[in-house]
Parts: sequence; structure tokens; C-alpha cells
Amino acid sequence: MSVLLNVENLTKYFPIKRGVIFQKEIGMVRAVDGISFFINKGESFGLVGESGCGKTTGARSILRLTEPTGGVVNFKGENILTYDRRRMRKLRREMQIIFQDPFASLNPRMTVGNIVGEPFLIHGVGDDKGRKRRVEELLDLVGLNPEHAKRYPHQFSGGQRQRIGIARALTLNPKLIICDEPVSALDVSVQAQIINLLVDLQKEFGLTYLFIAHDLSVIRHFCDRVAVMYLGKIVELAGNEDLYSQPQHPYTQSLLSAVPLPDPKKEKKRKRIILKGDVPCPINPPSGCRFHARCPIAQDICSKVEPELREVKKGQWAACHFAKPNPIPVG
Amino acid sequence: MLLGVNNLKTYFYIECGVVKAVDGVSFSLDRGETLAIVGESGSGKSVTALSLLNLISTPPGKILEGEVLLEGENILEFSEKSLQTIRGNKIAMIFQDPTTSLNPVFTIGNQVTETILTHQNISKKEAREKTVKLLKMVGIPNARGRLYDYPHQFSGGMRQRVMIAMALSCEPDILIADEPTTALDVTTQAQILELISGLQKELNSAIILITHDFGIVAGLADRVLVMYAGKAVEYADVDAIYYRPCHPYTLGLMKSVTRLDEPRREKLQSIKGSPPSLIDVPPGCSFHPRCEFAIDVCRKKIPKLIEIEPGHFSACHRVGKGGLEVI
Repeated sequence: MSVLLNVENLTKYFPIKRGVIFQKEIGMVRAVDGISFFINKGESFGLVGESGCGKTTGARSILRLTEPTGGVVNFKGENILTYDRRRMRKLRREMQIIFQDPFASLNPRMTVGNIVGEPFLIHGVGDDKGRKRRVEELLDLVGLNPEHAKRYPHQFSGGQRQRIGIARALTLNPKLIICDEPVSALDVSVQAQIINLLVDLQKEFGLTYLFIAHDLSVIRHFCDRVAVMYLGKIVELAGNEDLYSQPQHPYTQSLLSAVPLPDPKKEKKRKRIILKGDVPCPINPPSGCRFHARCPIAQDICSKVEPELREVKKGQWAACHFAKPNPIPVG
Repeated sequence: MLLGVNNLKTYFYIECGVVKAVDGVSFSLDRGETLAIVGESGSGKSVTALSLLNLISTPPGKILEGEVLLEGENILEFSEKSLQTIRGNKIAMIFQDPTTSLNPVFTIGNQVTETILTHQNISKKEAREKTVKLLKMVGIPNARGRLYDYPHQFSGGMRQRVMIAMALSCEPDILIADEPTTALDVTTQAQILELISGLQKELNSAIILITHDFGIVAGLADRVLVMYAGKAVEYADVDAIYYRPCHPYTLGLMKSVTRLDEPRREKLQSIKGSPPSLIDVPPGCSFHPRCEFAIDVCRKKIPKLIEIEPGHFSACHRVGKGGLEVI
């Protein structure tokens, strides 16, 4: 297996400014604070975390939709952060994104055919006839009727709109697709359809996914490897099996224990780790381990020394001073 | 019986037709009990909740038929003035989105005190003291100091706690929680759910929990009402719903949930199609176009909600005494 995307020490800081004319920088929101991971070709890599942990900013920085502050993004072996606009635009054919909100991400004044076909125009691919045929093929592929090309987005339900978004992402045969919470706005019965569609498309075209979600059970179903983010940093990174059966980091453990199980008997017997307080502000993150104020097993060292993301077990990295190959269950 | 709802029908009359948002729903609720109303968006679960307090704006909406019996009295026949004594005092509500349900230009203390003063005959000072007590009860640190803070200075979870404090300010008999944790993260969700169930035990109130999340239902509910296109399709004890579901829709929903407690499956089972528009509900059983067990009669006749075992109701033509015939 070869590596398709390699992200090293990616950071994105947003400056906070005060003043009208003489703007002074008074702080930084450290939205993404040095994340590193790689994605193999044909793999689904999950990025999970609570709102505000930097998962979406991270993904957008990889596509350079927001310009990252620092770090390296190697796509097929080349650092794309050094590319100029023209080269970047060309490269975007190979990396596409599916957005969270299928109601906001489709232009209401364009027909579905135009929405799905627009990438062809932008990149100057094919002639009119060929484009039309390809759009119809794409709509058929994502489970829509080719005649739907003449309709407008408002005539579709949420699930169908997300299918349109997926068709648009597939238009230029990309290698990498970033799925930013693609199912969280959808109803449960429709979520399953969209997840199945994404899996089928991956098999058919050998796609690589970077899948962002806050729902741990969706990630578990979908991804081969998973990174858990907290306050702009990766706190644990592991294969699907390891992460869900033997989570190392106390944060991962508490996240998993907070997911309600759809089974009344199991649910009533279950012991939960209820975290105290809220996620701290990323402008002034806590010293040492960023999780220490909420961590059920924190010791003195945690507020002083920041733990490195280290390989605790083969293929499983955790950023916790107390992570061991056989983790002690927290709580 | 604390609350009894019989054959409730709430329709909305709009330009392009009649939206039958709630179309003949019945259920009952006892003290200390939790009833979950489950369904996908547009199934009529929120409108059911709003109808209980007669909060439907007329026009376009209208409660066409039905009774809402609170301790034996039909509150739908009450005047607006007497309804006002029930809202908040007897039945209170927590809304889905704490960001939009709080007024951004008033302080938290102001808003909670206002609620108390509206419903109770006490002095301003007493109300303020009570506010501090309530905020402490729902777990807001430094409650007294935060009285003068505005909603934007609170996080989502903290705002939802304030909403809960407001809803509980008059110790209502019934608490309606409309998707109380949908806007929150899982760890915050766990905190809020624990808070709600703890307070329920303390106050012995009844809860109507509206949600689409089968995980939350499993942990909190005693009984479950599954809604589809404005109708109740299944109504039973929580265990019966999970271990012996008797409606193809309930079964389909259960199977399409991704879950952490079972081995990974190659493919998720899903329900084909999407929920129907309530203006144009399919004839017969409204679920038939999406149902894998549909037969001729499903397309023609609307199934009645029948009791298949004591306390377990299902509205499906293909259900017999032993459950779903087809499985």
C-alpha cells in the first residue's frame, strides 16, 4: 500500500484583532495545532472529535480552502503548500470535498445538471454533449434519475441533495474525497443509504476518503483508521479495531462511554464516564496536557508536561502520560 | 393517569393543501414515567408536543379533533388565560436549540426570574433567590455571579442547563423535552441526560422525550411511541420496542442505526426512499412505498393501531398475534 496523503505538523492559527484602524493582534485561536497523519491509497481515514476541536479547519487546510499557518501537506509525494494558484487549481481535480449541509452547499438557482457539470466547465473538460452524457451517468451512479438533471435543488429531499453533492464531487474522477460530516444532517433511515453509497463508490473507483464526523458509531462503521482530536491536537490515532476495543487515551474512553447504546438492558447496566465542565477555549489552551482539567485520571505531571503522541502499541498512538499497551479502564 | 391524549389531530392549512402533521395520535402518561416519541424529521413529533400546550399558531394551524386530558380535564377547551396557568406550572417545555430559545439581550438571571414571576406570586427578591437555587441545582458553577451574564457568555451545554432550570422553575408535573441534546456534543449530551433523569427522580415528574436517537430512548424511556407521517405506528414498553419490534418501520430504523455494541457489518441495512411529504401522504398505509413487506391491502386500507400483546400496539396489516407474520 502506498501513501496518498501525508500531513506533517499542520497548523492553522486565526489571529484575533482589536481596533478599527490600527489593528492590533491580541491573541491567536489555535484551531489546528500541529497535527500529523498519513492516509494510504484506497483507505478510509476518520477524524473524530467534538465541535470546535479543529477537524473541519484541518480538512479545509489540507485542501488549502483556508491557508494553513504552517506544516507540510504531501499529496502523492509533493508538498502542495508550495504550489502556486495555477498548479493548485489543477490539483483540485484530484481532491474533492462533500459538505455537511446539503441545503446550503447547492446553489438554489442552478439546475442539478449544471451543479454536477460545473467542475467540467471550470477545468475545461470535454464538449457539451460529452458533459451532458457524463452528468447523466453520474446521477445514475449515485442513485438519482438522469431526468433529475433539469430540476432545482429545492425539489429534492435532504438525502437526495446529499447524493447530488456526492455526484458533484465525483465529476472529475478525484483520488481523494474529504467527507465533512456527510450524514449528520440526515435522518437515520437515510444516513444508512448514504453511507452504503459511499462504501460502494469507494470499491468501484478505488477512492480514498478522509471522513470527518462527530458520531463515533458512524466512524466505526466506515473507517479503517481513526484519529481522535481534542482542542486542535490529535490525542489518539489507531486502527479501527484497536481504537474501539482498547482505547488508550482517557478522552477516547470517555467519548466512547458517552455514546448511548440502542439497547435498554445494556444501557441500564452501563457505567459512564461523565466528564466535568466544557471544552476549554482554544485561545488560551490549558498548560501541559490540554485535557488535564477534565481528565478523570490526571496527576501533577499532566498540568506541567505536554504528552507526546507516542506509539503505545503497534499501530496505536496516544498522547497521554499513562497510556500503556494494556490500558487501565478509566472511571 | 396524569395525562391522556386521545385521537389528537393537528392540521395546517396552507396554500398548496392541508398538512396533516398529527393525524389521530393517542397516548397516556403517569407520574414519574418517561414516554419517548420517536420519529424522523417531519413525522409530527414536535407538533404533537406543541399541541399539548395549545401552542399551535392559528392560522395556519388548527387542532381539529381530540382531547388532552390533564388530570381528567380537557385543556384544549380552556381559555387562553387558564391555559397560561398550566403552561410552565403543570407542563413545561425544553426546546431543541438553546441558542435560539434564549433572548440574547437579557441576562440569564433576568430571563429565569421573569419565568418565575410570570407563574408564581412571589416578590422579585424571592424570585432572584430561587433563580440562584435553580441554577445551582442544574450544576452551573458560581451561580450567583453568573446571574448577570448574557446567553452568549455561556456554552451550549450551559445554555441548555439554563433552559432546564427555567422549565423546572415551577416544579411542573410534566416536562416536555423536544430533542434536548441534538445540538450538543456527546460528552455534554451525557451530562445533560444524567441531569434530566436525576431531576426526574427528585421531583417525580413525568417526561415526554422527543428524539430521533434510539440510543437516548434506550437509556431514559419507559414507553415508546413511534411516529411516521403524523401517525402512531407502534406504541409499547421500551423492552418490547427493542427486543420485539412489530412494525416494519421500527424494525427498519433499528437496523439502519450504526451501533458500537455489535460487530461491524459489511453493509448497513437501510430503508429505501425518504419520508413522504405530509401534504401528499401515500394512500393506505403511509409507509407502504418504503416497506419491504407491503402487499395489496397496504396500498388501499389504512391500518388501525391494534393490540398484539398486552400494552403493545402496532399499526400494520401484516402483524398478527405472534408479531410480524413475515419475520
